[in-house]
Amino acid sequence: MAIKLPIYFDNHATTQVDPRVVEAMVPYFTDKYGNAASRNHEYGWKAEEAVENARGQIAKLINATPKEIVFTSGATESTNLAIKGVAEMYREKGNHIITQVTEHKATLDTCKRLEKNGYEVTYLAVHKDGRISLDELRKAITPKTILISIMYANNEIGVVQPIAEIGKIAKEKGVFFHVDGVQAVGKIPVDVQKDGIDLMSISAHKIYGPKGVGALYVRRKNPRVQLAAQIDGGGHERGMRSGTLNVPGIVGLGKACELCGQEMAQESEKLIKLRERLRESIMSRLDETFINGSMEHRLPHNINISFAYVEGESLLMGINDIAVSSGSACTSATLEPSYVLKALGVGEDLAHTSIRFGLGRFNTEEEVDYVADRVVETVSRLRELSPLYEMAKEGVDVSKMKWQVAAE
Amino acid sequence: MAYSDKVIEHYNHPRNVGSLDKADPNVGTGLVGAPECGDVMKLQMKVNPQTRVIEEAKFKTFGCGSAIASSSLATEWVKGKTVEEALAIKNTDIVRELALPPVKIHCSVLAEDAIKAALGDWKKKQGEADLKPAETASAHN
Repeated sequence: MAIKLPIYFDNHATTQVDPRVVEAMVPYFTDKYGNAASRNHEYGWKAEEAVENARGQIAKLINATPKEIVFTSGATESTNLAIKGVAEMYREKGNHIITQVTEHKATLDTCKRLEKNGYEVTYLAVHKDGRISLDELRKAITPKTILISIMYANNEIGVVQPIAEIGKIAKEKGVFFHVDGVQAVGKIPVDVQKDGIDLMSISAHKIYGPKGVGALYVRRKNPRVQLAAQIDGGGHERGMRSGTLNVPGIVGLGKACELCGQEMAQESEKLIKLRERLRESIMSRLDETFINGSMEHRLPHNINISFAYVEGESLLMGINDIAVSSGSACTSATLEPSYVLKALGVGEDLAHTSIRFGLGRFNTEEEVDYVADRVVETVSRLRELSPLYEMAKEGVDVSKMKWQVAAE
Repeated sequence: MAYSDKVIEHYNHPRNVGSLDKADPNVGTGLVGAPECGDVMKLQMKVNPQTRVIEEAKFKTFGCGSAIASSSLATEWVKGKTVEEALAIKNTDIVRELALPPVKIHCSVLAEDAIKAALGDWKKKQGEADLKPAETASAHN
């Protein structure tokens, strides 16, 4: 089978919509286009029925009840609603929130805004493997703490946090627990009961569904979580999120969740095989390559590798028929490598050389072999070009050299 | 980000990659930049002490495509020039030739610095005293 280029290995950024999801959505654009809030005719009823069906499909995937699912425009909105909604609703109880440094910007920037409005936020550090310390979490909790917000799995390094343990601590201390589940839901088993999760952000387009739709799981008992709405209007979604429901998108999200639930076991097995094939093929042929983050606690479809002595942007330029992401952000005048890798203690030189490979449902073994060959070939070529690699081979410790960096 | 055709051409087919003998008194070596900034250039030139003509030039660069192209172009340009002619090469000439965007101008600055550093090293080896201040600078933003 011929390989179609460019090869898509950036499935943490977004995924291809599964054709079965598209098929489920189409009627809600063409025939059943009613407003789910129209209570007095067939069009409205059909739309409402579809929305309720989707609510059930999502709830089933995460072991929740349908009434606990609130539809949003995406996970960024879900996270904003969860954190700001709790902060506002429980202001009397306290003003302290705990999160951690490798969270997605949707969480970090929401917390930063709250800090400006008088809230206090603790940003827990992570170990070298990318996971937080449960002891530090316990110590950070004060009588003023109202919310812990920790991601299930990281979008750059795929590292899975000890969610069930955090959930237990949160419950013990009577603090709500929000989880950014974007990268994990649909990929690995997520169970809001076993994991002790009170709120969870979900995105459709990361799980082979459409862009522009997401959901927030909001626990209704043990304990019941109340949220201050962040968007005012017609009082949709039990007053938590006004705005006409995106019925085709919601149908797509529901279908995507259903498929993930049915296929997760085989799919993750396949993705681990592909990922390991990629890893071995690259790392057995190249020296001085390093995996960022824990291998033990990791999503099946993620690998993040630093290639010493090769600059990330030039590496991407050499493999431009492959869609991947780099930890290097040196396209701008300010050369700032990934904050996630920095938080792991990865040196700036190695952070500049990292590549995130995000495999997905539609990737094949042939693609993995092609990508591995291209990466090995390009890294080898660039190392032939690299004065740092030459120096390292001569026995010079490049990290201890004095570099002349003069200001302009 | 879109690269110019010339940058892509140099990236795919870099000229004069390699190293010369650092210990040779006729070889000048310039090493500029820093790994944490994402660019390091090593430029070496072999100069005929009688004619002061640059007979050979080699480079190795750690950096983005524009940095690789800037140093590759620099080796092409200095070959066959006299030391004085090579020192007259300006970073703006490189920017123009490679159509570098503003965010990549520092790559051309680094290449100019590398030429000056390599020839400064050569002059020092030859016992020439006219060390200009530019030779050790490696301006970088």
